[in-house]
Amino acid sequence: MTQSQLTDLPENKLPTSNALPAYEGPTERKDNWWVEPALIAFVFTAFGIYSMFRAFENNLYEVGPYLSPFYSPNLKQYVPWFPLSPAFLILWIPLSFRATCYYYRKAYYRSYFMHPPACTVGMFKGKGYTGEQSFPFVLQNLHRYAFYFAVPVLLILWVDAFNTVYYEGAFHMSVLTVVMFANCVLLSGYTFGCHACRHIVGGKEDCFSCPKNEQKLKPAFQAWQLVTKFNERHQQWAWTSLMSVAITDLYIRYTCVNPSLAFQIF
Amino acid sequence: MPDPTNPGRQATLKVYRGTKEKGEFQSYKVPVEAGMVVLDAIHYIQQNFDPELAVRWNCKAAKCGSCSAEVNGMPSLMCKSRMDQFKHDEDICVQPLKTFPIIKDLVTDVSWNYEVNKKITPFSPSPDADWTIYQEDIERVQEFRKCIECFLCQNVCHVLRDHERKDNFMGPRFMVRVAGLEMHPLDEANRLKYLKDEGHIGYCNITKCCTEVCPEDIHITDNAIIPLKERVVDEFYDPLGKFIRNLLGGSKKKTIAATAQPVSITPSK
Repeated sequence: MTQSQLTDLPENKLPTSNALPAYEGPTERKDNWWVEPALIAFVFTAFGIYSMFRAFENNLYEVGPYLSPFYSPNLKQYVPWFPLSPAFLILWIPLSFRATCYYYRKAYYRSYFMHPPACTVGMFKGKGYTGEQSFPFVLQNLHRYAFYFAVPVLLILWVDAFNTVYYEGAFHMSVLTVVMFANCVLLSGYTFGCHACRHIVGGKEDCFSCPKNEQKLKPAFQAWQLVTKFNERHQQWAWTSLMSVAITDLYIRYTCVNPSLAFQIF
Repeated sequence: MPDPTNPGRQATLKVYRGTKEKGEFQSYKVPVEAGMVVLDAIHYIQQNFDPELAVRWNCKAAKCGSCSAEVNGMPSLMCKSRMDQFKHDEDICVQPLKTFPIIKDLVTDVSWNYEVNKKITPFSPSPDADWTIYQEDIERVQEFRKCIECFLCQNVCHVLRDHERKDNFMGPRFMVRVAGLEMHPLDEANRLKYLKDEGHIGYCNITKCCTEVCPEDIHITDNAIIPLKERVVDEFYDPLGKFIRNLLGGSKKKTIAATAQPVSITPSK
């Protein structure tokens, strides 16, 4: 690693944090700081177990025009030789997108890695920490590539939703169709509010309206403003879309068992 | 004027007294008045019990950033911590910042921050810059100019606080400063290598505590650190993007080499 020249201070003049007698234990906080990370860890774990169960189940994911988001696009017909569930051909994309997402990083660094579990709660100490500067967490820098893969998958989910509206030569509508569209809306809010997307569409520019750039960068400025609006609620989009994927899949699973549960409207 | 919701209420403050090596918490009973903040209570202690209690303060309006401390374990400005947020029977623990060495009582030595600041390449416009700047281009940077240098973000950052990486990590305050310079429409310097190799922006793991404690409500993580991380990715971790940019006419990134020397600024007329 490159030797830092952060300051001109010699090593022995660098300040150290206060410990005893001013500070003892991991924190001086009196509130229930552990509730939020514990809750997040519980929900993540529950979602992880459910999604793995569904991926391994390799059944009850398609009925009529309805296809589970865990199995979309259905690649089974293209790779019949693949020994595992076709869900595994797809799930790595949303998984890597969410795993490298700047919001989820905060959530799981706090809940699973306890680095730190909450502000001013110092569970781990020591100078060995290198954060996202070295392997494996340096791979978080590939978030934009995960975004590039996630966008086509999202577009396919939109196509899946539209396929439930028009099939067999007629228009149809059901409660399950509404749920699938809601899932697409929430996933779009999450995907297109992503920090990498915000950077790519315009955040990387320093000057949108400089006289020499005006024609070229006005659309970039407008795109950046739009993405910023979604980005301001990125956490909420992240959670609601995570829940909607699980709910949509669960609904389709039960509809596979009992097709009348789709609640056909027309 | 006494607190109308509970006249005669007295709060118990446990205040750290001493130096980095030697000290203890002392308890003081302070009468609570309407609109009172923790800094008022500290002043009451100074005036009535112990004039030697050391505390740094100035404006009492959350604008000078002097009275940073930890109240019940949370970094905050004492002048912005209202006494009516605490339960009536609750002991209020007031400590100096943990991350910087205690000089005496509630006063800490934050001079390390100024040493870090010296190494950042200052504003570097082109000599022939057109100084017409539109609001939409300067808005992002204006948010960063709200910083009052209270160093609460530096204090709460676990990389500095718990992992003691003051040898390598610049901390959120200075990423905010660099963001303000890098995103400035007239700035020409390139600080990305500095950010990666000297400031070690990669140490930041986006846990957003800096944003949570900022008294100026600067969205430090979302608007400063993450956009800077993405710019570092552009330069060092995205070979495909870099290849495409080069194919389309090269990076528009500024070319002036990073230097900590001040640049003379003479706006053209």
